[in-house]
Amino acid sequence: MTAAVGIREVTKRFGTDVTAVDNVSLDIVDGEFFSLLGPSGCGKTTMLRMIAGLEFPTEGSIQIFGEELALRPPNKRPVNTVFQSYALFPHMTVEKNVAFGLEMRKVGKAETTERVARAIEAVHMKGMEKRKPNQLSGGQQQRVALARALVNRPKVLLLDEPLGALDLKLRQAMQIELKDIQAEVGITFIYVTHDQEEALTMSNRIGVMQDGELLQVGTPEEIYERPVNRFVAEFIGETNFVDGTATEEDRVRLTDGTVVHAISDAPTGTDVTLTLRPEKIQIHTRGATDINPERNQISATITRQLYYGESLYYELKISGGELLDARLENIPSLRRWDVGSEVTISFHREAAEALTS
Amino acid sequence: MTMLDDRPSEEANPELEKKAERAEGWRGFFIALPTYAYLVVFFVLPLLIIVVFSFAERSRTGKPVLGEWTLEWWIKLGEPLVRTVAIRSVWLAFLNTAICLLIGYPFAYWIATRKSAITRNFLLVLVLIPFWSNFLVRTYAWRTLLDSNGLITKVGEWTGLWGKMLFTEPAVFLGLVYGYLPFMVLPLYAAIEHLDWNLVEAARDLYAGAWKAFRKVTLPLSKPGIIAGSILVFIPSLGAYVTPDLLGGAKTTLLGNYIVTQFKSGRNWPFGATLSVTILAVMMVATIIYFRKGGKTL
Repeated sequence: MTAAVGIREVTKRFGTDVTAVDNVSLDIVDGEFFSLLGPSGCGKTTMLRMIAGLEFPTEGSIQIFGEELALRPPNKRPVNTVFQSYALFPHMTVEKNVAFGLEMRKVGKAETTERVARAIEAVHMKGMEKRKPNQLSGGQQQRVALARALVNRPKVLLLDEPLGALDLKLRQAMQIELKDIQAEVGITFIYVTHDQEEALTMSNRIGVMQDGELLQVGTPEEIYERPVNRFVAEFIGETNFVDGTATEEDRVRLTDGTVVHAISDAPTGTDVTLTLRPEKIQIHTRGATDINPERNQISATITRQLYYGESLYYELKISGGELLDARLENIPSLRRWDVGSEVTISFHREAAEALTS
Repeated sequence: MTMLDDRPSEEANPELEKKAERAEGWRGFFIALPTYAYLVVFFVLPLLIIVVFSFAERSRTGKPVLGEWTLEWWIKLGEPLVRTVAIRSVWLAFLNTAICLLIGYPFAYWIATRKSAITRNFLLVLVLIPFWSNFLVRTYAWRTLLDSNGLITKVGEWTGLWGKMLFTEPAVFLGLVYGYLPFMVLPLYAAIEHLDWNLVEAARDLYAGAWKAFRKVTLPLSKPGIIAGSILVFIPSLGAYVTPDLLGGAKTTLLGNYIVTQFKSGRNWPFGATLSVTILAVMMVATIIYFRKGGKTL
């Protein structure tokens, strides 16, 4: 099957010493919600702009449904963009904004009117057709920007941090709405964000970028559970890092000599870093006998306790001296620990992963 | 989703707010007082004097007689000669504005789109450099350039493209465009520089070619600059006096030198005052209408 967007060895340099995107190859499947995730300056927006045609790659090829268009101007591409700042035309009404693309493509008047009306309805902006963008709230502008892009029925919709300017509540509501709209229209969405939670909840797949490189591509679960390196592990969610040495397959010796089971394919003797999510850790009384044998056990001391409402955070000092964070869900049966308690912590063999970089 | 989201959550004390507002108002008044005083003494009062003079009788020797009032000068405005001069002046001012806009827009656009701020500022300084010397002096310089032995005339003769331009209409236009172009370029530059280029990208993304994007987005959004620049060029060119006089040789009567004539050789102060008040009023009304209609963003 042809990919909706096929990116081959794309590099973008600005001047001689800035490489914004460094040899990225990526296939985006038709109909998927794909997120490009990374900190600011990682090259995700540049990547998106190259697909839109607002920037041209220095090297490489970009295809949309098999059609090469790396160097084609933006107005001749079957893609549309929802800009970060919405970029609504301030001198035009909502209606005129939405109709812009159709008018430029010389779609007939009757069809334009009908499609514009339907697009405005789809984003729940009916009755606001005659308003100017400055008479709309941030959320409403966001909807108009979405309608203005979708009305053209692009083969791929590009979204550049479209929810970044909205407050938390509104953002969460819009996340769900965006996802619904995407499922309804069935168009491939490429979504740029630096918000890992947003990427996890909305995407079918995520591509994590750093310093212009695409580090990992996978489903939200793959990215969260099996990060390829320390950067991905740390950028997505919270995690603990514990240093150690790979012994045999799936075993890691920690600095204090304890050997734990973990997912590892590192050759024996290499230095590795274990990544272990705070919520994967359980706390038991020292010497408890009812711990599942599938779980690793380490002795630890509670050094700090934080009450978060829905959860409790414990900071633990393990025998090797490292500090770990554990997050326990605040369920009625949860046992509370005082600072200074000598405990045993446990985590499943597959909960920790050995990273070599 | 409503606009409510963006409002501050706490109600302010209305009484306290009013008090603060009043104090703010008084402070503003005192700060502006010197300017008000200056404007009243040197602008409003002279203006009133002119208005008063426009109703004054004129003695047989041409001396304005205050205390004897007449509408004669206002009626005289309807004479065909006045109309001819007015139309000629408006046409000249209009042409000058159009030429300045045509030359100034691409230039302002070019400056505003330079990436480096240093380059932009340097180019702006170039636009402003002429203001470092007096307008009259610069006009005399043009006279030298355009005269029989002037550099421009020599170049024209050498290439066979033009002859001596001094005291011709092209010389007047050259002088006017030269004199008022900066007034067009600066507001245009400000408008274009403030433009949100995301909007142009959005237009390109929505299938507009480069020219279409310019016409549909860039041009309408630089309208405040176009209006401001046009007003700043049109108004002074309508009353232009020095340029037509020095470079055109005062061959054709324009409003500017027509008024001067009334005050000087014509010895008809009241009529000169009437003409001045009329131009001022027309321009003021026109400007107000312009602002009211579409120039709110100005």
